[in-house]
Order: sequence, then structure tokens, then C-alpha cells
Amino acid sequence: MSTLKLDLENYKELMQQYIETQDEQALYQAEQFSKHSMQQNISPEEIINVHVQSLQHLYPDMPEHIRSSLDFLLETMISYGLAYQEYQSLRERQLELKSEISVAANMQKTLLATEKPEIEGLDVGAISIPAKQMNGDYYHFVKDDSGALGVAIADVVGKGVPAALCMSMIKYSMDSFPENRMDPGVILGSLNRVVERNVDSSMFITMFYGLYNINNHTFRFSSAGHEPGYYYDSKQDYFEEIDASGLVLGVSPEATYEQCTKEVHVGDMIIMLTDGVTECRQGDRFIEEDEVLEIIKQYAHLPAQETVEHVYKHFERLQDFQLRDDFTLIILKRKV
Amino acid sequence: MNLTIDVTNKEKITTVSLAGEVDAFTAPKLKETLLPLTKESGQTIEVDLQEVSYMDSTGLGVFISALKSTKEHDTALKLIQMQERVYRLFKITGLTEIMDIDNTVRGGM
Repeated sequence: MSTLKLDLENYKELMQQYIETQDEQALYQAEQFSKHSMQQNISPEEIINVHVQSLQHLYPDMPEHIRSSLDFLLETMISYGLAYQEYQSLRERQLELKSEISVAANMQKTLLATEKPEIEGLDVGAISIPAKQMNGDYYHFVKDDSGALGVAIADVVGKGVPAALCMSMIKYSMDSFPENRMDPGVILGSLNRVVERNVDSSMFITMFYGLYNINNHTFRFSSAGHEPGYYYDSKQDYFEEIDASGLVLGVSPEATYEQCTKEVHVGDMIIMLTDGVTECRQGDRFIEEDEVLEIIKQYAHLPAQETVEHVYKHFERLQDFQLRDDFTLIILKRKV
Repeated sequence: MNLTIDVTNKEKITTVSLAGEVDAFTAPKLKETLLPLTKESGQTIEVDLQEVSYMDSTGLGVFISALKSTKEHDTALKLIQMQERVYRLFKITGLTEIMDIDNTVRGGM
């Protein structure tokens, strides 16, 4: 309390100085006093208390009704001071949480990291940008010994931290599948049982899983309720939707997944995406599917990685750099 | 955009009429209304989606948990008058196969 005593003297002098001279300097000092009080966690009602005491020293015969009104003010400021303290501690808590989430987001990046494969004859481009700190979209590449490339693209419903945790579960389940059982339909069936057992009832995952066979250039795929992908036929300059029927992961343990096969010709592309791409909005207007495909075509002559990056930049600009949803786009282009 | 929820009851059928958008902001409110209804044994809950212009995947999540709940509590869920854009979402996700969706009266966009 000794510092407060000192401050009391200080405050009294300042106040007196100001009352007598109306000096700006005293006001400046008052501001310093206020800042110093905040640093020392001195509550507003304590400052008022100091003010009242100073007044009493300077004007011992202060009228009774003024004295009462100051007591009244003091009482009023007590609840204000409490609310302010609470606000301060919430602010600190919020900063803590924010830094914890950013640690989690970094950890997610490390956990879910997947390397874009280098495969002779196949040009691969992939981009995934979260709308918020944590990404609810996910893609994963697996290369097996026989020269087949497995590609998974997924979207977890329910955003943020729970979605991210769920993604890690998916990734580690996929890693644990034996490599000789890379059939898309079988993989989705197994994942479905894992998700169904382990997530909250309103959470689900959509996933498209494709297997590119580099030896005969066929693409086998299954979909668990995911946005359809596209096949671009470069000779005829034509996009075709590629989709297979199947229920989203995590809803029914009995779900089965249709498996389709598509032959891939030289110069053609397979495009996989999430609804963050197809549900872009410009103001209140939804972007139509044709517009998305038009933009992809516009950049299709570039290497696949540059194509996906340009398409992303285009839609980011269109939405004023404010993504509403996580955005993931993968392109596989047969070179030779 | 907001979501208005209107619940009416006629014997064994409870009708939930929705108007607006079902997205991450409005889905919790819908869940709060819809889920308790699915727990009253013997009831059929009809959700009228004629005035719903947009639904995102969070909205789908609500209907999925409602469906799971109907199986646990011996109730039924039926979605009626869905707009084209919303129907597409149920179709892609495979939910049209496992949900009772009346798609005969579908409003345009």
C-alpha cells in the first residue's frame, strides 16, 4: 500500500496544480498516472478513492452532499472495476487459446504432410488452402511398388479443431492399410467403418479415392459422397464428370462403394476438388460449374502445379481474398 | 441470411417448415429444434424445405444426426419439397439412397 500512499500525495499535488493553474502539464501527468495505475492493476474505484481523499485534504469543509455524491460514485465504480478485471483476464485467456490453436495448426501440418510424388510420365499439381487456421480438407498421395499412385481427397464436415483431429485419424488409418489392398472401393469401405465407430453423429467425411496405374494408364476410383471430379479430354476439348455412387463416410456401417475405371490418354487431365472450389461465391452469387471448368481450361497449358495455383489465385481474387470454405484442387495430367 | 423454423403438429405427424439458409451459423438452431422431435417415439417428422435456398455440409450433418436418432427412437424422418440446388447436395453425398426424400415436388432455383 506504500506505493499507493505515494501516489496519493502525487495525485493530490497534481490536482491542486491543475485547479490553481489549469496547466496542460498537469493533465499530461494525470494521463501518466492513469497508465501507471493500469500497469499496477489498480482498479478504477481505487483511483476514485484517491481522488476523494485528495479532495478532503484540500477542502476539509467540502459540503456534505458533494461528499455523499462521491461515495455514490465510488460504489458505482466497484462493479465497473470488477467487470474490467474480468475483461482483462478473458483477454489474456483468449491470447493463450490463440497461441495454442496456432501450435495445433502447425502440428496438423506436420502430421498430415504428404509429399507430392514425382512420377515419370505423370504431371501432378496439388493445392489446399484453409479458410481458417485449421484445414478441414485433406489430400494424400501413396505410391506403391507396382507403380500405381493412390490419391485421396477429403472434406471433413464440422470445421476447425474437431475436423482437424478427425483428419489425423483418417490419415493414420490409411497408412495402416496393407499396400496390396489399394482398391479404392475397399479402402473407402474400411475407412467408413473406422469413421462410423469414432465420430460424433453429426460429423461426416466425404472422400474421393483414385488409383492411377502408370503401366496401362487407367484411373480407378470410388467416391464416398464427395464432389464429383472431372476428366478433361484434350483432343475434343471437353470436360466429363467422373463420379461413382457411395455414401459419405461415417453414416452407415453397411455402406458399399462402387468402383469405376477411366482410361487416360496423352495430354488429358484428371481433376479432383472439394466443395470449397465449386461453392465459391462472388458477392451473393454462386459460381457455376462451367465457370470453374473454364478457368481450369484457361491455365491447362501450364505445368499442373502452376495450373492449380493460378486457379486458386483467380478464385481468391474473385472472393476478395476471403475464403468461405477450405479450397483443395488436385490435377493429374498424363504427359506421355 | 437467416433461417426461420416453424413447427406444427397434427396427430402423429410433426411438420417442420424451414425458410432461409441452413449453414454453419443456422445449423445449431435447427439441430436444437429437430433432434428432440426425433426422440418422441411413434412420430413422423416431415421437414418442408421448399423455402430453403441454400444448405451447406453442416446442414447435412444435422439431418444425418436426426436420421441416426430416428433409428434409435423408432421415429421417422421425411424431407419434402426440396429445391434443386439442395437436392444436388443430398444426391452427391449418397444420402438420397438412405433418406426418405420426396422429390416429386421440387421447386426450381
